[in-house]
Amino acid sequence: MSFTVPANLEAEIDELITHYPVKRSASLMLLHALQEHFGHISPEATQWVARKLGLQPINVHELVTFYPMFRQSAPGKYQIKVCRTLSCALGGSHQLHEHFCTKLGLDPHAHGLQTTKDGKFSVEFVECLAGCGMAPVMMCNEDFHEGVSTAKADQILGGCK
Amino acid sequence: MPQEFKLILKHLDNPGYTPDIECYLRHGGYDALKKALAMSPLDLADGKKKTPQEQLRDEVMKSGLRGRGGAGFSCGLKWSFADRRSGKPIYLICNADESEPGTFKDRQIIHKDPHQLIEGMIISCFANDVKLAYIYIRGEMPKGAKLLNTALKEARAKGFLGKNILGSGYDLEIHVHRGAGAYICGEETGLIESLEGKRPYPRIKPPYFPAVLGLYMCPTIVNNVETLCNVKHIATMGGAEFAKLGTPNNTGTRIVSLSGQVKRPGYYEIEVGKATIGQLINDPAFGGGLRPGRSLKAVIPGGSSSKVLKAGEKFKLKRKVEGKDVEVETDMLDLPYDFDSLQQAGTMSGSSAIIVIDDSVDIVGALANLSEFYAQESCGQCTPCREGSLWMSKTLHRLTHGGGRKQDAEYLAKIADNIPGGKTICAFGEACSWPVQSFVAKFKDEFVAKGAADEERRAKEAATGKKELAAAPH
Ligand SMILES: Cc1cc2nc3c(=O)[nH]c(=O)nc-3n(C[C@H](O)[C@H](O)[C@H](O)COP(=O)(O)O)c2cc1C
Ligand code: SF4
Ligand code: FES
Repeated sequence: MSFTVPANLEAEIDELITHYPVKRSASLMLLHALQEHFGHISPEATQWVARKLGLQPINVHELVTFYPMFRQSAPGKYQIKVCRTLSCALGGSHQLHEHFCTKLGLDPHAHGLQTTKDGKFSVEFVECLAGCGMAPVMMCNEDFHEGVSTAKADQILGGCK
Repeated sequence: MPQEFKLILKHLDNPGYTPDIECYLRHGGYDALKKALAMSPLDLADGKKKTPQEQLRDEVMKSGLRGRGGAGFSCGLKWSFADRRSGKPIYLICNADESEPGTFKDRQIIHKDPHQLIEGMIISCFANDVKLAYIYIRGEMPKGAKLLNTALKEARAKGFLGKNILGSGYDLEIHVHRGAGAYICGEETGLIESLEGKRPYPRIKPPYFPAVLGLYMCPTIVNNVETLCNVKHIATMGGAEFAKLGTPNNTGTRIVSLSGQVKRPGYYEIEVGKATIGQLINDPAFGGGLRPGRSLKAVIPGGSSSKVLKAGEKFKLKRKVEGKDVEVETDMLDLPYDFDSLQQAGTMSGSSAIIVIDDSVDIVGALANLSEFYAQESCGQCTPCREGSLWMSKTLHRLTHGGGRKQDAEYLAKIADNIPGGKTICAFGEACSWPVQSFVAKFKDEFVAKGAADEERRAKEAATGKKELAAAPH
């Protein structure tokens, strides 16, 4: 499999690198850009970033393994992240997580990332999303949702085409 | 009657207020920056001159502004520590990592009034001769990052940013840098490592004080979003006027994030110390009280890392009455919400996030939830923190899943006591211990009872051979 970064994305990436006096600083931003495009960070993507920034692949790989947002394999097309932490837990986020899992045929007791067989949805618990006053809160891809009742959750799922 | 006092939140929730620059300009936006850039050097008695930059830094010192990110350290002092003699560039980083559980104030500013933050940043950068600055925003705010990028573009187009800002000869560039889901990136030296493209392993102080050896080993100022917004208002009204807001040594306003079991959770800006914890929870202007039929059990007063307050707890607060120092017995609900009173009560206002816990809550479960957070988020560099946070979480997990023991309370306290106190590189060590130390000390009976009940049940099960508890799931 060949790994190619489209020219417009590479131009965007080259621009990002100019934001820093030291190239290495751009690694997180590059990983975000590649993950947004490819859905996850493959070993080829890691090597590409390393070459681009003049680093060893391990310098990039250790970021992919440390930072929770980076994925080494493709998650679902729609990624549902439910807040697990206290204020949301008091506001029913564990019931919400369970609702998603039951509805999508996933294990309601597993906290980590689970993906449906058709690859359409991933569900996972994440830590405080800085929306604690409107508990329970969640994200569906880039969208942030607050005060998510089960009815609202079903609406959100319905909106995922 | 305690009231909201909207300085930073003044416009952002008003109908029709939008995050674009035109709207901001219509509301007097960037006037403070224009004023700052137009300042002239001040003649001093000894014939020397005080530069506009020095004057601005003096105003911030006079304002008494304390950092809004967690530690409450004097902003003016922090700026004065920046090494201006090294010949190296000085960097400024806005800490927009907002990830202390309970806290959701910076989110409001970033999403609804990004130019207020940018203006505060430009003024702060100008005052500190900074030419390159970053906004480190947590990865889970992709929209916020986009909004900030748009706002920066707009500011550049209007000449507020870039080369020769408004013809003043001052150059500044600001970029947005995104985190990727790790809480420890909020700790300033971890943040700096992360901005250098590395794992966010905090650096040991000394020698790595950001003011001297920060980003790229250059002097660096790290300030919270709200702190930088305040600088804009200090530039507008002057330090002395700002210092009249709030209470002595606790000046200005603070945005309180109120969550948990109150009727009206939300973010409320108050003059620091002009409302008590009880008012914030119960007053109709704020939390509006607990839900019907519920009574208060506990309050986490300053983000998840602060020590819990138990309902009914009393403290001796030092107060000045007619010039004399006296000690006044104060109920936890009557603690003025400020830096110093909470510190006197053995806790902290931290990130100014109040989490309200009512009597329907299993306190052991609440602590188990928080401990799981810390076990997840420890960066793993220091043995006491890495192992201790995991042990505490595992112990609490068994205590909430039928596997508890009577002595777990003491066991938890022992682990928690062995993490803080200079044994770890960063303050996360304290942050993960304080909830455990305080919950276990203040609600010891509940922890012991839970463990004892589990022991009894297991003994019965062993005798009868019948399981009473369905295998606990997660
Ligand atoms: C574990 C840990 C997490 C932190 N998280 C944040 C955060 O999310 N946002 C923040 O502004 N400060 C956070 N801080 C505090 C920063 O280290 C730093 O003190 C602060 O950004 C300084 O800004 P200020 O002086 O304006 O408050 C954290 C500190 C620790 C020890
Ligand atoms: S105290 Fe914990 S979070 Fe801080 S550096 Fe040590 S291991 Fe990492
Ligand atoms: S606890 Fe869920 S957003 Fe903060």
